This record gives sequence, structure tokens and C-alpha cells, in this order.
Amino acid sequence: MSYDTVVVGAGLAGLTAALRLAEQGQRVLIVARGVGATHLAPATVDVLGYTGDQRVESPAASLPALLASSPDHPYRVVSDAQLRAALEWFRSHCAGLGYEGSLDENLLLPTALGVAKPSTLVPRTMSHGDLRAGGRFVFVGFQGFKDFYPSLIADNVMRARLPVPVTARALELEPPAGRTGDLGGRVLAERFDTHQLGDWLVEALRGKLDPDECVGVPAVLGLRNADATWQHLESTLERRVFEVPTLPPSIPGMRVFNELTAQLRAVGTRIVLGARVVGARTSARRIDAVEVASGAGTTLYPAQSVVLASGGLASGGLELDSYGATRETVFDLPLTGVQGADRVRFLPNYFDTQPLSAAGVSVDASLRPVDAKGDPVYANLHAAGAILAGAIPWQEKSGNGISVATGYAAAQAICASSTAPVAEQVR
Amino acid sequence: MNDLIRDSLDHCVKCTICESFCPVAQVTPLFPGPKYVGPQAERYRGVGPSADASVDYCSGCGICTQVCPQDVKIAEINSRARAKLWEKKGIPLRNQLIARPSVIGRLGAPVAPLANWALHNRSVRRLVQSTIGIHRAAPMPSFAGKTFQTRSRKHTSPSPDAPAVVYFHGCGTNWYEPRLGEMVVAVLEHNGFRVIVPKQDCCGLPLQSNGNFPAARKYVQRLVANLAPHAHAGLPIVANSTSCGLMLKREAHEILGVDNEDLAAVSRSTYDLCEFLLRLHERGELRTDFRSLPLTVPYHAPCQQQGHGIGKPALDLLALVPDLHVVELNADCCGVAGTYGLKKEKYAISMAVGERLFSDIKATGSNLAACDSETCRWQIAQAADVTAVHPIELLYRAYGLGAHHG
Repeated sequence: MSYDTVVVGAGLAGLTAALRLAEQGQRVLIVARGVGATHLAPATVDVLGYTGDQRVESPAASLPALLASSPDHPYRVVSDAQLRAALEWFRSHCAGLGYEGSLDENLLLPTALGVAKPSTLVPRTMSHGDLRAGGRFVFVGFQGFKDFYPSLIADNVMRARLPVPVTARALELEPPAGRTGDLGGRVLAERFDTHQLGDWLVEALRGKLDPDECVGVPAVLGLRNADATWQHLESTLERRVFEVPTLPPSIPGMRVFNELTAQLRAVGTRIVLGARVVGARTSARRIDAVEVASGAGTTLYPAQSVVLASGGLASGGLELDSYGATRETVFDLPLTGVQGADRVRFLPNYFDTQPLSAAGVSVDASLRPVDAKGDPVYANLHAAGAILAGAIPWQEKSGNGISVATGYAAAQAICASSTAPVAEQVR
Repeated sequence: MNDLIRDSLDHCVKCTICESFCPVAQVTPLFPGPKYVGPQAERYRGVGPSADASVDYCSGCGICTQVCPQDVKIAEINSRARAKLWEKKGIPLRNQLIARPSVIGRLGAPVAPLANWALHNRSVRRLVQSTIGIHRAAPMPSFAGKTFQTRSRKHTSPSPDAPAVVYFHGCGTNWYEPRLGEMVVAVLEHNGFRVIVPKQDCCGLPLQSNGNFPAARKYVQRLVANLAPHAHAGLPIVANSTSCGLMLKREAHEILGVDNEDLAAVSRSTYDLCEFLLRLHERGELRTDFRSLPLTVPYHAPCQQQGHGIGKPALDLLALVPDLHVVELNADCCGVAGTYGLKKEKYAISMAVGERLFSDIKATGSNLAACDSETCRWQIAQAADVTAVHPIELLYRAYGLGAHHG
């Protein structure tokens, strides 16, 4: 079939671009090797949490300084108004998840390790974990639930640098009945949805909470009914309750994925997973069709525009081989931020700023990947998300912010370019 | 060369995306999940069998491989591990039996009324459950008196000089749903093709999923030998069974390790039926003289169909039919996974896996559902209490080819 736009990648950037295009009437196809980081990362939209070692209180106020010190940063191609529009768009398209927050101030939410992490938009099931409010917190875990240690969280929260005093303690509950051995987040979420584990949790907490303690529980309150379960917990326990992100799988991220893909299906967008893009048919600096491996052969998908949202090194959008060569894996695009093969590739400390950490494709104002001279490689190819050069998302706490902002902006650029001929005629 | 599959485990970054999608691990603690059983346990298997028998609880739906962002061939690794496990333990009679649909067909078809009575008789089914281990409530199709092969030999093509297409109908069509085969032929002929129906037997897929690789290889090689001359002659091969089509396209090579020029030619020439028709449409060669079909039909793309990497061509085809409202379902799996749901120890798991799908179908209020795979259709028909049809049946009706059937 031929499409207006083929989006390569099914992470947050790809889903955002695809839905933004589809709801403006485009026929869109998503092809992806697999599912993206929605299922791994906490579902908070972190726009900017740190500039250097400085924790950011207001992303809006700190973005100019970031762009001054990192002139190649992806936010450079997104105006303040567009960033706000993108966040508002995301919030309204995840209405059932009740995202709260604004570009003007970051919340400080505890992570699975108890680090106070600055986040811009957060699902309301998490928002009452805002440590800036101060007070008393109790972190609840379930025995057998993997990789979630409430005492570690509580200890680290006690140590965190916070604007107001906070106390925190841990509480470990017996696992819910009927299930022995390891408990995974996915299974727990399913049981919250179908077995009313919320009632079990209320019972299990009875008599164990001090007055005024806010309760942090692992973010497994369900895939479909989490918001209702959270409200039920708050009203029954008569206190603030909040979800704490877990290690993967990220149940709140899966809620976002399910929400966006349901809307994509409703507007007729096709999604092909497990499909690798193996090439493109090009002519005169345009991509005419994307070639996708299928069965023993390939399928050609002709398209007017293409969005590359294949992710960075972690997702396989970029590849570093054993000879030290780095390449963009889908269209073999020129990269910036890449060291020569003879240079040091890794610094010994994992958390150092690694030489390749800001590597990726550079783009023009329409988010089109450019070559060394600054010219677009293909007139109808746009890029979004972690494939973009110039950011160090894990240090800046900017990953999902970049994905939503650039996915949205790439879609806007495509819509603007497809109406451009009409505008020229008018002129 | 096989070891491109096994070596893919080194790409695993333990991200757990496969675990979050695995429909089986969500409903039973007996299966610890594709990551544990696949790329992790595989490191301990070496040349010997699996140290852990839980791999047998993998249904083989293949969703893990589809969602893996790192190209780890999780389902394929697990399929091989299961075969090694059974190689050592010896394959039970039941698994040998249900893995040979064409043998069962040859036994049952000549005595179809008696066999059908037995298949649907509660006392007989209880006896079969206690002696062989096929669950008494598992969905069973009915034998057709006359097989599709027999029917097709009496059929003459309306246009003998038309371009030819080769039809791989599979066992389900031959023994249980010959009417579906006739509809496939009618739709292809309506679009100006001459349909060649070569002699054919089972593709070996059920043997593969029940762990008998040597027998599976024999079956698939025999089938490939029948199809290869047509493939070498440049003719397209069209399959309406998505799982059997996938066997030809890639599993015989990737899982069974069959590696020869005949298979490669057949793999390259094989198309899923809906994929083939949609390609015709893209070239402007599909007839679109569809009548109005004012129906609401939920559509489930089976897991094995998703393994083709072609999206959901049925949706685009059915969108061509005036007034036909197709509801794309979003449950991953119906649970039956070929023969998995027939087994007495797995039946309950299979039904729990399919629960979302069944309730989503019921929620549409339609008494008709569409799905490309035969065993999935039988499962859906029974569990959701609807008539389940291949999408081609809707096209057939919309073309007006089935007018005399109402």
C-alpha cells in the first residue's frame, strides 16, 4: 500500500509523530523492529531536569541556558510555543491517564532507587509522590516482587537533597494470595485489573500506616484501570497515594503505548512490528519507498514522507561495531558527534560523559537529517527522538521530552511541507 | 548457519519487552516467560537438552520475537529447545497424533459422520481425555465428507490460458473446510487467474511445534518437492493458512534448518492470500466490483499471521467493501496456538490467554468474526460463540460469488 508517511520506530517519538499526522488526515504506516522504550522507561515526560550538575526547577526558565551551552541540542529546532503545544497535545491524548504538571516547574518524584528525579508531566497516579511537598512517606513493596526494594528507596529519599524536610520508611507486605515464586510487574498489573488487588492492598495496609503518611506503591496498579484503582486507594486509605516507577517492564509506559496505539488504530494507522527496514528506493534526494523485510522477501511501501524515529544506541538506531565505526542503521545517514575509530571510545567510569553519548543525526529547522554541508540528505526524510544528535538525555533528564517535542515537530513540518505548494500558488 | 538463530541471544539486553507481551506468562506461573526460558536458559543448554522443562509451556505464538527491539529470535530459540527436550524424554503418543493432521484426516474423512459424532460426543471426549490427554472441551473441527483435493480435481478452470497461481491450501482446508478452498479458488478466478492445486500433504508445522523435528523436516521437504517446480517456473504460491504459509516462508529454514535451493525458491514465491490480493490491488489489478455488505465484523489477526511481517492486509482489503464495518481487535492471541490448547494440561491456560479476545469479540455484539488462521477460528467460534470466517469469505460474498448461498 502507499502511504502519506511511513514512520520507522514505535517508541514515544514515532507514536507521537504518527498520531499527530494521522489525526490531520494522513494515511500513516509504522514499521518497527520491535516495541520501543515506552515499555522500559518511567512514563513521566521529563523535559529538562539538569543543566550540568544543576537541578532544574523550571524547564521553561532553563532552556535558554541549555541551548546556549549545547547549540546542537534537539530542542533548538522546537520553539517554546511548539514545545508547549506538544506537551499539551500529549496530555490531551493521554487524557485517561490524567497527566499533570507544566513546563514552568518540575516535580521531584522518587525513582525505583529513591533518587529525587525532576519531571515535567507526570501521570496523576504518580503526582502525589512530589517530594517538594515534604512530609512523611512510606514506601511499600511486595515480597517476591522483583527489583523493587522499599528500604533502599526510603534510605535514598532520606538522603536526597530536597527543599523541605522529608522522612521516609519502608514497609514490605506478604505477596497477594494465590501466587508464589517470583512476581513480575506485568502479572501484578493484570491482577490489579482483574482480581481487585486494590482491596487486598487496603486490607494488607490496615493498621500499618501512621497518620499523615503518604504511601508510595510500585507502579503496577493495573494496565487498564490504574487510575480508578489509585483513586480507590486514596479515598479508602484517606491519604495521598502514589505510584513509584519500577525497573522494566514499565507498566505506566505500557499504558501510554496502549493509549496511543488504540487511537492510531481508530484512525486507520497500520502498525507492523518485528519488521526491519532494509533499504529505500530513492531518486533525486527523495525517498520514494521504504523497503521492509517480510518472510523470505521484502515489501515496498511507497510514501510521500518518512519519519526516522529508530532510537539511539540502546535501541539499535545507531550501531558501534567492533572496529570502532558508528553508523545509522536504517538509511546510513551522516552522523555528528562520532569519534574517529582511532580515538578513545569509552571512558572507564560508566557514568562519565561518554564520547559517543551525544552522537546522532543533525537536522535542519524542518527536522530533516543534514549532511556535513548542512543540506538535507533527503527532502522528505525527517527525524525525531533519540536518533537526534546533541543531547545526553540520561544526564539532562530530557528523553521523553525530546521524543514528544520532536515527534510533534516532525509531524508539523511534514504537514507544513505538504501544503507548501498551495501556499506558493497563492503567492 | 542455523546458529544465526542461537547467536541472536547475544543481542538480548534483558529489557523484558518480550515478557511484558508474552500472553502465556501473564496467566500461569508454569511458564516463567520468554526471556528466562529463551535467551537466558539457552546459555546453559549447550549441546544438551533444556535443564528446565518449563519451555514446554511456551505456546509458540511468536509474539516475543515480533516485539523484541533487538532482533533476538526468542520464539525460534524456544521452539528448538522444546524439540531437544522431547528428543530426550520421548514424544508422547498424544503429541505424535495431533501433530499429524493428514494422518488423522485420512482416518476420519472416509467415516466422517461417525468420526464427527465421536469428536463431539461428551462420553467419547471424556474417554479420550483420560486415555490420550486431549482436553474434552477443546475445540474440534468437523471432517468434511469430500476433501478439497477431491473437489478440486472435478473443478475445471474457466479460463485455461489465464495467468496461473499455485494454491497451497493446507490440511485445515483439505480435511475440514473444503468450502473455504472453493471460495479461495472462486475469488482468484474472479480476478482472472487459473488456479493450480498441486498434490500436497501437511507442511510439518504441528510436528515442529510438538518437538518432532526429523518428521517435520520430512513432511516439509515432501511438500516443497511438490511446490518447487512451480516456484522455479516463476509462479506465485498462495496460502490461506497463515501458520503453514509461514512455515514455507521462513520457519522451515530458520527453525528446522532446512537449507536448499528448492525451499529457497518456494519461500520467495509464497504469499499469504490477503498479502497476494493486496499486492494485486496496489498494481490496480484487483477487481473491486464489490457489493454492499452491511455488517459489523470484528477482525483478529492471528499471531502467526503477524509473524509474516506484512501488517494486516485483510484490513485494507475489507476496507474496499462498501458498508462493511471491520473492527480491528487488539488482543494478541486466542490461546490455542495450533495444538497447544488441545492438550489437557494446557487447555485452561489457552482459554485464559484468549479471554480478552473472546470478550472483545462479544462486546462488538456481532455474531460473525474474521480471522485468517483455522485453529484460531475454531477456538474463537467455540469460546466466543460466533461464526468465525476467513476474511476471504467476506470478499467472496461481497463479489456476489456466493449469491446462491445467501
